[in-house]
Parts: sequence; C-alpha cells; structure tokens
Amino acid sequence: MSSFNNARYLRRRVTNVITTILSVCTVAFALVFLGWILWTLFSNGFSYLTLDVFTKNTPPPGSAGGLLNAIFGSLYMVLVATLIGTPIGVMAGTYLAEYGNTGWLAPATRFINDILLSAPSIVIGLFVYEVIVHRVGHFSGWAGAVALALIVIPVIVRTTENMLQLVPSTLREAASALGSPQWKVVTFVVYRSARAGMLTGLLLAVARISGETAPLLFTALNNQFWSSDMNGAMSSVAAVIFQFAMSPYEDWQHLAWAGALLITLFVLGLNILARTIFRPGPISS
Amino acid sequence: MSNSNHTFNFGAFFDKIFRNSTMFFAFVVFSVIFAIMVTLLVSSLPALKTFGLGFFFSDTWNPVTIEFGGLVPIYGTLVTAAIAMVIGIPLSFGIAMFITELCPNWLKRPLGVAIELLAGIPSIIYGMWGLFVFAPFFADHGQPWINDHLGSLPFIGVIFAGPTMGIGMLTAGIILAIMVIPFTSSVMRDVFEIVPPLLKESAYGLGATTWEVLKNIVLPYTKIGVVGGIMLGLGRALGETMAVTFVIGNAHELSASLLMPGNTISSALANEFTEAVGDVYTSSLITLGLTLFIITFIVLACAKLLLIKLAAQEGKQS
Repeated sequence: MSSFNNARYLRRRVTNVITTILSVCTVAFALVFLGWILWTLFSNGFSYLTLDVFTKNTPPPGSAGGLLNAIFGSLYMVLVATLIGTPIGVMAGTYLAEYGNTGWLAPATRFINDILLSAPSIVIGLFVYEVIVHRVGHFSGWAGAVALALIVIPVIVRTTENMLQLVPSTLREAASALGSPQWKVVTFVVYRSARAGMLTGLLLAVARISGETAPLLFTALNNQFWSSDMNGAMSSVAAVIFQFAMSPYEDWQHLAWAGALLITLFVLGLNILARTIFRPGPISS
Repeated sequence: MSNSNHTFNFGAFFDKIFRNSTMFFAFVVFSVIFAIMVTLLVSSLPALKTFGLGFFFSDTWNPVTIEFGGLVPIYGTLVTAAIAMVIGIPLSFGIAMFITELCPNWLKRPLGVAIELLAGIPSIIYGMWGLFVFAPFFADHGQPWINDHLGSLPFIGVIFAGPTMGIGMLTAGIILAIMVIPFTSSVMRDVFEIVPPLLKESAYGLGATTWEVLKNIVLPYTKIGVVGGIMLGLGRALGETMAVTFVIGNAHELSASLLMPGNTISSALANEFTEAVGDVYTSSLITLGLTLFIITFIVLACAKLLLIKLAAQEGKQS
C-alpha cells in the first residue's frame, strides 16, 4: 500500500518537474529567438549605419547612398496618419467609455474595433487602393497616410476607452456637482486625469505603424528620389527595405540592413518608452 | 438670472454637439469594416463573373492566358497558419504557465516586456531575418534531419520529404509561430490570472502540484479564453504578409511536401498586385484579398465572442 502510494507520488512529482522544465524551455526558446533576431540586426546593420544614411537619398544600384528620402517619407506619412487617426480614435473611444452604457452602437463598435485591431494590414492597403489610388489614378503619400490612419484608429479607440474607464466616476460626479456640463467634465477633467494613459496609446499606435510595410505597397508605393509631395508616390523605410533586401546588389542590401536596424530601434524604443515612462500609476479612488 | 440661464442653454447645446460627434466617429469606426467588405466585393465581381465559384477550387494561375484560380494561395495560407498554430500553441501555453505560476515576481515584468518586444518587431524584420539567417540555418541543420527521420515514415513521410532549400511553407510556418507567441501567450496569461486565487490555493492546500493545479483547476476554468487566445493568434497568422513573403518562395504550385515553396494570399498580393495588368488579373487578386478578409473576420469574431463569453461567466461566478 505504502509503496504504491510512493510510486504514485513519485510519478506526480516527476510529471510536475518535466512540465516545469518544458515551461522554462518555452520561455528560453522565445528569448533565444528574440536575442537571435536582435543580434542579427546589430551585426549586419550597425557597421552600415553611418552618417550617410541620414544625409543622402536612396542610390541607384551599384553606388553609395543613404535613406534620407525614405526616412523623411516614413516620418511624414506616420505624422499625417497620426494626425488623421488620433482625433477620430479619441472621439470614438470617448463615446464608448462615456456614453456607451446604452444602445446597440457601443457594443457593436467595441466588437468591430477589436476585429479591426487584428485585421490583415494588407487588406487595408487593398481597400485604400480601391477607394483612393484607383479613383485618383496614381499612387500617393495621402493614400499611404490614410491606410496607416486606418491602422492607428483601432489602437487609439481601444486605449482611450480603457484609460477613460480607469478614471474614477467620483471625479466625474464631483465635476458635475459643481455644475459643469458633460463636455467640460470629459475634456477638462476626465481627459486630464487619463492623459498619461492616452499618450501611451498614442505612442503604441505610432510604434505599430512605423514598421508597417504591407499597407504602403499599394498606396504610397515607393520613390527613389526626394519627395515631399503628398500627392505623388512617396518613399518609406519599410518599402525601401523590402525592395533593397530582395535585390542582388550588395550596396542595396547593406542599406536594407541599416534601415532594418534603424526601424527596429525606433519601434522598440517607442514601445519601451510607452511602457515605462508613461506607465499608468494606480489611480486612487 | 437671464445670464445664467443663457450659459445653461449654451452648455446643454454643446453637450449635444459633443455627444453626437463622439457618436458619429464611433459609427465611422463601426462602418469601416463594412466599407472594406463592400468595396472589395464590388472589385472582385469581374473575376467572380469570369470564373464563378470554380475560382476557389482551381489551381491554375496564368497571367498570360488570363486564367486564375485561388486554390494554391488559399491552401498555402491555411497550411502555414496551421503549422504556426501547431508550434505556437504549446510554446505560448508554456510561457503563460511560466509567467503566471512559476515566475518569481521580480522577473514577471521584464519577461513580459521581452515577450511584448517580440510583438513589437516589425514583420518585415522577421522576413529579412528569416530569409538571410533562419532559412540557411534551417536548410543546414533542420531540414536534413526532418528529411532523414520523418521523410521515410509511411503515409505522412511525403509531407516531410523534399529539397532542403531553407525556404518553403514549413519555414514560413515556423516564423509565423514565433510571431504569434506574444499575442496568444498574453491572452492566455491574462485569462489565467482571472482564476480566483482561492480556487488555486485550495488545490495547493490539498497537495496538488503546480502542473495539476494548471491542468485541473486553471485550464477548465479558462478554457474558453484559452481557445479565444488561440483564435486571436490564428487570425494574426492568416493575415501576416511581409514575414511570409520573404520565405515562402512564391511558387504557384500545389505540393504535398511542406519543404516545398508555395504561396499565401497575402504574399501573392504583396508580390503581384502592383504589377498586375488587366481587370481580371487585378480583380482575381482582390478576390483573394476578400477571401482572406472574410476568413480572418470569422476567426477573429469567434475569438472575440469566446472571450466575451468568458468575461460574462466570470461576472456571474464572482
């Protein structure tokens, strides 16, 4: 009897140790891949990340150059996309958090928004191509910015709603009791106390679109030359990486690695910034 | 008196405007998904008229004779996503288990950030790394082993036999698996954490091991949410573009072997869309895009419904 129990106890212990080890292995596996990818980027890209990258335009095959026009194009389109997407996202998120208790629209929007959050970005590119590029007849920076804005919006809606809901309702009630109309309560009291969280959402949204390639392929296309014209095709770091990495020219591939390192550092930097500096503190209620 | 009355009306007026404009933008967000669906449907009509429903079952893809069928990319999309799930689910589960049950408190946050960094790396970086680093490594160290050990098995051997080129559907699936880990594991971690500590502590008090608590207490309590997390990862894997485009090989051929190059909907779009000439070619590609959108919509909607159901259940129990 006792030996039977001992064997059974041993088996349970062994199963537990094995699953624990396997669990640790899965974590190690994920971290190894993270380290491997980052190390690849640094070892391949760091030596090509020279001053030229920031001061010269993308070169024709076989000659040296930089990524200036691509960096400018990326920043420009990301900026415009954020400017278009943020107000829409904040307003929609406000509706969900402040007025979303009744009616069918709020739950339906919440549901659709979560699907948009994970929708394939290439399909969004396809949509913007059909709606803008096809109608206008040419690729444009505007189309690229609109495609990116469509990716920004669900991120902002989600974080805005979550952050506004963290604001204690006593704060709203106190402001209302002083006689302020609800729009003042929302803009002067609720937005202010949720500011850090909303900023985090904004940074995460910018990080999300900074590395996007797929929606830009059919909208902004690419441009080998300096262009600040939003009505024409526009270069972006991601599109240049795609083109240069797949090319047989060594100079181009080196630039692609430099661009890859640059874009990853930028995106991961934004991610870490969003998570550490603007970490929403415990709100006392 | 009249002055205060005036400001009161002014405030109420602005209240109405503010409320209605937030409602308007919520409606805009709500209708985007239908705008996408209708637009793509209208643009895919030429191809659907030309080929009918046979489009989805034909494996020809010939821009010269203008004959198109979507079977190869649809098959490739489903197969690569399936591989990603087979590899990604156990990994995500292990990570979620480690973070919720085993991890010392001081490690939780840095580990969570590290896993989230995996989600932050742009997908084109996964593609480049996959093509230039992982594919050669896999061709030298992974695929020969698979060929030797699994390729000679009866019946299923044909899936694992093939050239050791590095690129192909298996490579794409593995890279997708790494990419879905952060999404799936963070949902699993979140749902594991909603299990009332009382339940777990009771089980530990009765002498259960960590694994037994996870298997008999945590999993039954959260299984809907776990499936929701898996579906969320699946939705991501189906629609991923750049990482797959680099390593899939872009071959419009149907092959049983996972080591062979293939194609997915998203990589066919990324490679061919801007170069497509003629209405039927463009429209065929858009039909593929619409198919992808509908598949991911259904998968993500199921994921969301399951997670809502779990949340409702939790509300009832507590």
